[in-house]
Amino acid sequence: MATSVRKDGAEKRRSVLARAFDSDVFYSFRRSPVAVAAAVVTLASFVGAIFAPWIAPHNPFDLRTLNLMEASTPPVWIDGGTWKFILGADDQGRDVLSAILYGARISLFVGFCSVLFAMVLGVGLGLISGYVGGVVDAAIMRVADVQLSFPAILIALLVDGVARVALPREIHDDIAIYVLVLAIGVSNWVQYARTVRGSTLVERRKEYVQAAQVIGLHPAAIMARHVLPNVMGPVLVIGTINLAIAIVTEATLSFLGVGVPSTQPSLGTLIRTGNNYLFSGEWWITIFPGAALVIMVLSVNLLGDWLRDALNPKLR
Amino acid sequence: MIAFIIQRLLQSILVMVAVAFVAFSLFAYVGDPVAIMLGVDFNETDKARMIAELGLDRPFYVQFANFVGNAIQGNFGLSYRLARPVDQLIFERLPATLELSFLAAILALIVGVPMGVYTGLKRDSWLSRIFLTVSLIGVSLPTFLIGILLILVFSVMLNWLPSFGRGQVVPIGWWTTGLLTISGLKALILPSITLGLFQMTLIMRLVRSEMLEVLRTDYIKFARARGLTNRAVNFGHALKNTLVPVITITGLQLGAIIAFAISTETVFQWPGMGQLFIQSVTFADVPVMAAYLCLMAFFFVVINLIVDLLYYAVDPRLRVDRGVAGGHAG
Repeated sequence: MATSVRKDGAEKRRSVLARAFDSDVFYSFRRSPVAVAAAVVTLASFVGAIFAPWIAPHNPFDLRTLNLMEASTPPVWIDGGTWKFILGADDQGRDVLSAILYGARISLFVGFCSVLFAMVLGVGLGLISGYVGGVVDAAIMRVADVQLSFPAILIALLVDGVARVALPREIHDDIAIYVLVLAIGVSNWVQYARTVRGSTLVERRKEYVQAAQVIGLHPAAIMARHVLPNVMGPVLVIGTINLAIAIVTEATLSFLGVGVPSTQPSLGTLIRTGNNYLFSGEWWITIFPGAALVIMVLSVNLLGDWLRDALNPKLR
Repeated sequence: MIAFIIQRLLQSILVMVAVAFVAFSLFAYVGDPVAIMLGVDFNETDKARMIAELGLDRPFYVQFANFVGNAIQGNFGLSYRLARPVDQLIFERLPATLELSFLAAILALIVGVPMGVYTGLKRDSWLSRIFLTVSLIGVSLPTFLIGILLILVFSVMLNWLPSFGRGQVVPIGWWTTGLLTISGLKALILPSITLGLFQMTLIMRLVRSEMLEVLRTDYIKFARARGLTNRAVNFGHALKNTLVPVITITGLQLGAIIAFAISTETVFQWPGMGQLFIQSVTFADVPVMAAYLCLMAFFFVVINLIVDLLYYAVDPRLRVDRGVAGGHAG
């Protein structure tokens, strides 16, 4: 479809990253309005989340600025709403919009870190499994098989539960975010490991690997410097799609009350606390964080879908 | 065939042993069961007696064997939190979860498959586009959020359906069912839609892509060339051949449904196993966690086994060793 564009960039391909931004991919990006829209929304929510302390109209964690008289103010377009709280205020007079921005920050942080953790774990084990083979390969892949027969959310809950039993309560609240990253990361490594193992098995037989073996490079060096760059392509696609899954998993765990503590609410925690006010008619406390979550996840999902199609010439 | 079943059985047993080992490690190494059971006031003799009673002084493999022996008989000890036998707690709540899960799965199938067939056959119609867009949103909506939205619309705003609990249930032996009373049925509607929606979109997309794939094959072209009606081609030949992956995914999703019931049960305060498990995680109630884990593993293993066996029933190509290869019945 875009072979002429592709030739121009062929010389400049050095790293995986450069290839991901290859003009061919950009061409298909410009051609897809859905992808552009998804990218814009994703970017906007990332910027909003990362710069929350500077963008947000209020600081939801600064208790001095909260006024109980302003509690449960409805959104601005409903009678009784003010421009001070565009999306309304919660039961403690916290601005819902600010809480969403700060919450998205924590959701994204946990999402990104857990994807990164799963990626490092999965790619590492996949490389070793594919390159070393034999008993090591069999052992790693059996563990993967067993884990794959369970839903990821159950594994994450289990890891979280173990951490809760093993750690005293005070310590647990402080490091809850990292426990969450670990739990979600551990529950998602299998897909990376399987993909990387598959491509490593192919790469291992190629001449450049044999050449590297002949000149006596250490296996670890061959894996990291030579095989790894050639198996990373699909990993990035899985990573994008898994970011959406990780954000949803975090939200689910926080909603269930086993995620981040309510002192540092993520979107899931906000939905959980807001859910209690659903019946008294204050729907905005829970629906807006929910909408923010869905918009974020949907745009990341769409972007991931597009990236998968764009990087896979077979599907065109 | 028999060799295959034996092989699958051995694999299943291996998985169960692995899971039992994880559960056992939870018991033995996470937290201090003696301290938890004795409370604050105890002396060294009490502690030694307790350790001997629990068999904690015996070698590791003996403890593990004991654990497995007890687990097979459904004995997982007492819940730390409720001080009642764990198996009793779980069996009380099993019917609620299973009823909800099966209803959600049936809903996902009877809505998802026709939608998938329709979008596969009429891929360019506006209704197909709507289905596909909705399904994308459905995949991005977390289960608990679907539940909250449904409660907001149908319970809070319209006040049509209950938002929590099982309604009135009728006991049949040790099983309790909500399927026989009006309030029980009404209580089931929202949770089963919540739980089934994600799987429904998944099944729809799967059936659609399989239909598109199959419709491109030569035997479909040939069937059309033979002058068969669209109906016979679409349903007798195409749909039939999409069923193998659908069965696999549905089977595996049934396991996922039972697991995802955790968040649905939390939203709707459904008195099932999922809620019990979440509470046990929150309160570090190890025996309940371990028992839930083993039970889940057992479900998954059984479901996988049934799915594998169903292959044989559905796909004649797998029965070659019995010499019954090929042939379409349509």
